[in-house]
Amino acid sequence: MAVRVIAAMSGGVDSAVAAALAVEEGHEVTGVHLALSPDRQTLRSGARGCCSVEDAHDARRVADELGIPFYVWDLAERFREDVVEDFVAEYAAGRTPNPCLRCNERIKFAAVLDRARALGFDAVVTGHHARLADGELRRSVDAAKDQSYVLGVLTAGQLAGALFPLGSMTKDRVRAIAAERGFAVATKPDSHDICFISDGDTRGWLTRRLGEQPGPVVDVATGETVGTHAGAYGFTVGQRRGLGVSTGDQRPRYVLGIEPVTRTVTVGTAEQAAVDEVLTGRPTWTGPEPELPFTAQVQLRAHGAAVACRVTGSADGGLRIALAEPQRGVAPGQSAVLYAPDVERGDQVLGQGPVLRAGERSAAVVR
Amino acid sequence: MTYLDHAATTPMLPAALAAMTEQLARVGNASSLHASGREARRVAEQSREGLAAALGARPSEVLFTGGGTEGDNLAVKGLYWARRGAEDRRRRVVASPAEHHAVLDSVEWLEKHDGAEVTWLRVGETGRITPESLADSLGDGRDVAVASVMWANNEIGAVSDLAALAEVAHAVGVPLHTDAVQAIGQLPVDFAASGVDALTMTGHKLGGPMGAGALLLRRDAECTPLLHGGGQERDVRSGTLDVAAIVGLAVAAQAAVADRAERAARIAALRDRLIAGVLERVPDAQLNGPALDDVVAGGPGRLPGNAHLSFPGAEGDLLLMLLDARGIECSTGSACSAGVARPSHVLLAAGAPPARARSSLRFSFGHTSTDADVDAVLEVIAPVVERARRAGTTTR
Repeated sequence: MAVRVIAAMSGGVDSAVAAALAVEEGHEVTGVHLALSPDRQTLRSGARGCCSVEDAHDARRVADELGIPFYVWDLAERFREDVVEDFVAEYAAGRTPNPCLRCNERIKFAAVLDRARALGFDAVVTGHHARLADGELRRSVDAAKDQSYVLGVLTAGQLAGALFPLGSMTKDRVRAIAAERGFAVATKPDSHDICFISDGDTRGWLTRRLGEQPGPVVDVATGETVGTHAGAYGFTVGQRRGLGVSTGDQRPRYVLGIEPVTRTVTVGTAEQAAVDEVLTGRPTWTGPEPELPFTAQVQLRAHGAAVACRVTGSADGGLRIALAEPQRGVAPGQSAVLYAPDVERGDQVLGQGPVLRAGERSAAVVR
Repeated sequence: MTYLDHAATTPMLPAALAAMTEQLARVGNASSLHASGREARRVAEQSREGLAAALGARPSEVLFTGGGTEGDNLAVKGLYWARRGAEDRRRRVVASPAEHHAVLDSVEWLEKHDGAEVTWLRVGETGRITPESLADSLGDGRDVAVASVMWANNEIGAVSDLAALAEVAHAVGVPLHTDAVQAIGQLPVDFAASGVDALTMTGHKLGGPMGAGALLLRRDAECTPLLHGGGQERDVRSGTLDVAAIVGLAVAAQAAVADRAERAARIAALRDRLIAGVLERVPDAQLNGPALDDVVAGGPGRLPGNAHLSFPGAEGDLLLMLLDARGIECSTGSACSAGVARPSHVLLAAGAPPARARSSLRFSFGHTSTDADVDAVLEVIAPVVERARRAGTTTR
């Protein structure tokens, strides 16, 4: 069924092909490039940064070839409030945010989709690698490129206004389609890292935003200070590299927790870092709310592996997720995205809950 | 399709297209000494004479350029360099903040890179620059290199009295440049009578080709070149003459000036009907710029083809998009190179609040405009504004 859609076009190859496929599908497509950065650079530098003038030009070139209208929407202010400031505040509170997930939740499938609907469009089409059919969100066939994790926060209402034409093809196929259509972006490098941190140095960027906030690194077993740091925001639970601690036993240490008020980073051994229960805040669901308890798989960070789990409710309306195998790197602020495994049609995203902390069962494991 | 963006560019006049096409088929560099060169030169010089006559200038005062942006850059920078070179105390540049970016950015470039001090003129709420405002900013003029005030504003259509302004500038020994890109063909423009020292015009706003324009430069005005080379155009603008473009420009300008009075009256009537109809359908819409019957120096105080309206609560870029989807082409005013809509710097300079500046649309009429164009807008404007208002509330 042909519908009126907004194609969100970043200037990259994925969104270009998604827009092209939507046109070929017979939809009435209008291309929109989102200007999200307040100080836009003229030229793109490598695989980093976003929405430079050059990216807008690349997107416009594709739209012109497709013969569709094209506009730039300036959402820099919304993006700053909802994504960038949220990112800073989360780190300041000792958590590890995922800005791509936040952007999908609040910008692409909120600000953009709401505006599109108000303007008389039915949906927003993007180049995300995920499958969406009959309201069911599933992993991409290209496991390496799968982006279902950062879409896991979308609700049924948001998914009803989304089209992901790329979920059933590999990235190589996407590039081949772009090349077949003569798009100049066919060989454009994939973008990596956080789009608003153009040099890729997240710690340096946070230091500029939050200032140096030195504090102790404490070993969980002894309670002793084993090192110092310049800012707890430079750490993520589960992190092993760059801790700069010296302990007698030469065993690697991992970040177990971050306490923002005293700026204390707690570290421990691999065994101590393992968690087998996760507590989340209030969940969101991609479809009808599942009946608790249920068994599923859970992915605890972007590009993390999924593990089997059993999901029950917690007293305060969140989720208690018991993991079949202990996991390291369960960082507050990330999303615990729940999947119903399905080898044939792709694992289905059920919903997610924002990770609050490890549960009591884990504490027992640690000791 | 309803094309109401003639201030951006207007269709070529058939006579200009024919003359240009004919010339494109001929060989000949106007600087060459042989027969082909002489023939090319004859066409170029006839064009120069025709253009000069249409604009009240002498042929030797016509310097062909690559268009309005080049003319503005050449005049502002060239007059500044020449005046400052002659007298080093002349570092001040006086300009209107409502100028086109070709002037604004040239002035700012001089400030940033070449030691200029900028004095921005006070702009009235209609967008006009008064002789009093210019006199205040010039002071005794001893430290001023050049002043620049546009003849008619490209966004809100405000016309200034250039003859009065030139008198003020000359009284304190300051040369005056005017960007008359929008004025020619819509208003009576006589270079000699205006007294200005330099005047920028371009072809594609009046039915000629893009990339062809002229700077009218008084014979006694010293202007340092931007382009050095073969010494064409009084040694002020080197480069092989684009004879085909020049003949297209001259034919179009002569026709536009000859038909001006009749066409101006016709498009002003269309414009007036559009504005009345819009205000009837969207009662809280606001007209920006001078009143429709405004008079300055005995002539129209507003470009006859210009309608500029704000629609409170509706974003200009969404209005444009919704109208575009309905086959109606207009403009929001300034856009940066990436296409991000910015509040109109002209409205801000004229003292409008940013919200009003962001919610504006320009409809501009030209020689191909008809009553059907007005009808098309009036048919959709109310629902379009309503829809844009609803969409605006989703992201603010």
